[in-house]
Amino acid sequence: MSVEALHDGHSHGESSDAHESFAHHYVNRAQQDEAYIVGMWTFLVTEIMFFGALFAAYVIYRVQMPEIFDEVSRDHLDVKLGFYNTLILLTSSLFMALGVRAAQLKSKKGQLFWIGLTLLCAFGFLGIKYKEYSHKIELNLVPGAHFVYEGAHAGNAHNPSEAELLAASKPSYGPDRVKATTGIAVKRRPGDDVKKAEKAQIFLGLYFIMTGLHGIHVIIGIFLLGILWFMIKYNHPLAKDFMPIEMSGLYWHFVDIVWIFLYPLMYLIKPSLELLLHQ
Amino acid sequence: MSAIPVRPEELAGTKRENYINWSHTVKDWLLTVDHKRIAVLYLVSISIFFAMGGVAAMFIRLELLTPKGDLFRSDVYNRIFSAHGIMMIFLFLVPSIPATLGNFLIPLMIGAKDLAFPRLNLLSWYLYMIGGMFVLAATVFGGVDTGWTFYTPYSSVYSNSQVALTILGVFIAGFSSIATGINFIVTIHKMRAPGLTWFRLPLFVWAHYATSLIIVLGTPVVAITLALVAVERVTGIGIFNPNLGGDPVLFQHLFWFYSHPAVYIMILPGMGITSEIIACFSRKRIFGYPFIAFSSLAIALFGFFVWGHHMFTTGQSMYSGMVFSIISFLVAVPSAIKVFNWTSTMYKGTVSLKSPMIYALGFIGLFTVGGLTGLFLSTLAMDVHLQDTYFVVAHFHYVMVGGSLLAFLGGIHFWWPKITGKMYHEGVAVGAAILTFIGFNLTFFPQFIVGYIGMPRRYHWYPDEYQFWHVMSSAGASVLALGLVMPAVYLILSLKYGADAGPNPWRAVGLEWTTSSPPPPHNFDEIPVVTWEAYEYDADYTDQVADESTRQEISGTVPHPVSDHMGTYGNPPGE
Repeated sequence: MSVEALHDGHSHGESSDAHESFAHHYVNRAQQDEAYIVGMWTFLVTEIMFFGALFAAYVIYRVQMPEIFDEVSRDHLDVKLGFYNTLILLTSSLFMALGVRAAQLKSKKGQLFWIGLTLLCAFGFLGIKYKEYSHKIELNLVPGAHFVYEGAHAGNAHNPSEAELLAASKPSYGPDRVKATTGIAVKRRPGDDVKKAEKAQIFLGLYFIMTGLHGIHVIIGIFLLGILWFMIKYNHPLAKDFMPIEMSGLYWHFVDIVWIFLYPLMYLIKPSLELLLHQ
Repeated sequence: MSAIPVRPEELAGTKRENYINWSHTVKDWLLTVDHKRIAVLYLVSISIFFAMGGVAAMFIRLELLTPKGDLFRSDVYNRIFSAHGIMMIFLFLVPSIPATLGNFLIPLMIGAKDLAFPRLNLLSWYLYMIGGMFVLAATVFGGVDTGWTFYTPYSSVYSNSQVALTILGVFIAGFSSIATGINFIVTIHKMRAPGLTWFRLPLFVWAHYATSLIIVLGTPVVAITLALVAVERVTGIGIFNPNLGGDPVLFQHLFWFYSHPAVYIMILPGMGITSEIIACFSRKRIFGYPFIAFSSLAIALFGFFVWGHHMFTTGQSMYSGMVFSIISFLVAVPSAIKVFNWTSTMYKGTVSLKSPMIYALGFIGLFTVGGLTGLFLSTLAMDVHLQDTYFVVAHFHYVMVGGSLLAFLGGIHFWWPKITGKMYHEGVAVGAAILTFIGFNLTFFPQFIVGYIGMPRRYHWYPDEYQFWHVMSSAGASVLALGLVMPAVYLILSLKYGADAGPNPWRAVGLEWTTSSPPPPHNFDEIPVVTWEAYEYDADYTDQVADESTRQEISGTVPHPVSDHMGTYGNPPGE
């Protein structure tokens, strides 16, 4: 194909066949698709760095105050609800993948069905998150002016189980545990003497900021997929392109993956797993 | 051997359609998706913020004339130097070269019609403007007094100024540079003209690729970190507040994880410009092309592992201090590679001292001083003495002003004929370049000395014995200001009175010079097919030829040194 033919008659929106059209500044359709894909992945890299800073803060504080992370997570985060949310998001990722497949098969019905289910899951996820957040707001567990933390078990939504009591009876991590198991006294770190409630608010602060930021991403995903759903439904010319659904899919899987890291880091600090099995 | 072909309407004295004259409505400018127009929008807005930051700088120098703080109260002084830092770094230096020259030139240099995502490009300008407006609003509503570094817990708890509003502005402006970074990476990967392999790319493009990598990897981190400060300030969560069990040094880690690489965001594009200018005005192939290209990537890589050298005195572990110190020394290696290669390029070249070349030479000299004094600061024991003194201030101004700003001005002068189609007054431009260089050294060299003998940064009361150096510095600042105002005047005047530049006044190689000036809306009439290497300058070429009028060049009497390689895509369609 000559260079001239490449940029003749392929200007924006002129061509009737959607699969041959591309924006005027690209040489051909393949270049446009590749640019979209590379751009989307680069964007996801920035998203990883965005969350990465928060994960770094989490790791540093967890190393500084492991026992308080353990305690607050065990007493105040609902492992079951977190588990349901993980299940819901993982399933939604499957639906999303099936939606992308339906797009490859050029099945409008399939796309609408699977994206619809994905959206349903997203709303379910937010519903459960709403339940979790409102419970914590009632208990004044949101760090800030109204923060109240009364120590272990004070605000537990469930009756303490055997496993929990067992876990509470032995020193969990950190200097106390090292001393208990090895007899070696470990130098206490500067943060160790800060009151427990203040440490607890750091864990809960990180919990709200990280899951909140993730929740914002879920909401953005709902907007993306919702708009896409209507575009497909009403045969919008852009939705005939494979790229919008492919890129929305990449975004949705990213949101899912962030949660896959958030769930164990927030809810499954070691003894919680025992809790899940016992309840 | 044919000359650069000319369009019939150009010979007839009528202008062909270009990106400036194809429409004149405000709407077509504000809603444009043309990378060239967006670059011009950026150039105008960045210059305004630079002027505002510059005014703040003049206030600082005025105040420091006398040892007593007799012009401003201390809290006002704090707000002035903070405004200077925040505007100059987040609103001028970080976007300066990438968003203007990079935006304008990268598609031209790689033979593309536009950046990969033109609408994202426009969005980035709007984000930049919104961020800038927030910063301005914060300044108007009382200013911010934390310095540009927003150190916690002062910024997050105690400061009684507009921290949250400023941070919101910087946060939004950060997304503007992320958008630019993503756009450049995708464009450089996917939009290159046929035959334009990675090692045929101009080094300007390599430098911007490395810069974009840093932007994409670093900026999100500072964005979320500053957002945490704002959240902490508004809600009272104690992530960085030691009173609530938080760790203020963690803030510094996260902040410098971006803000040190940000220095390379500022300097790498300047290095790219210098590579272009040095090669062109030495009429020689750049010496050691792959080394310069990979040293850009090396700087981007090393840049992410040196942030701790800002924190030698914060009580971080001695061992991490040693590691950060060693890696900081290593950054000097790729930087030195570049400096050696530029000087080697000039060796036995046909050097002509045009105004862009004088800026580029100034860049090399000042960057070398700035870089070498960086080694003082990355030495652990030395840093304890020099930390937070005017030595540091002088060091980073040598790198950022002496480096980035001079390169930016050099680039503006070099590509001004391409951007506007007009020539400025060369003699005045040379004068301004020399004045800037002298004024700069007069301003900042005394600061090395006064810092070494103990003057701390961010203070406006100081012992009498430092006054001599401060007076010298303030005097230099007025010379520097004159050197910076001059280009603003004669460049704007050139728009009206300047001679037509023609497509290639410097007889430079590179795809951007093969299209007309100003370029047509879609850059190239035909997508070029590249069959030649970068920087194929002809050694026999003499400076005299460059002074010949463009008309002669066009009429075919003077053979174009590179036209053999250039193909015929300057031809009108159908020829």
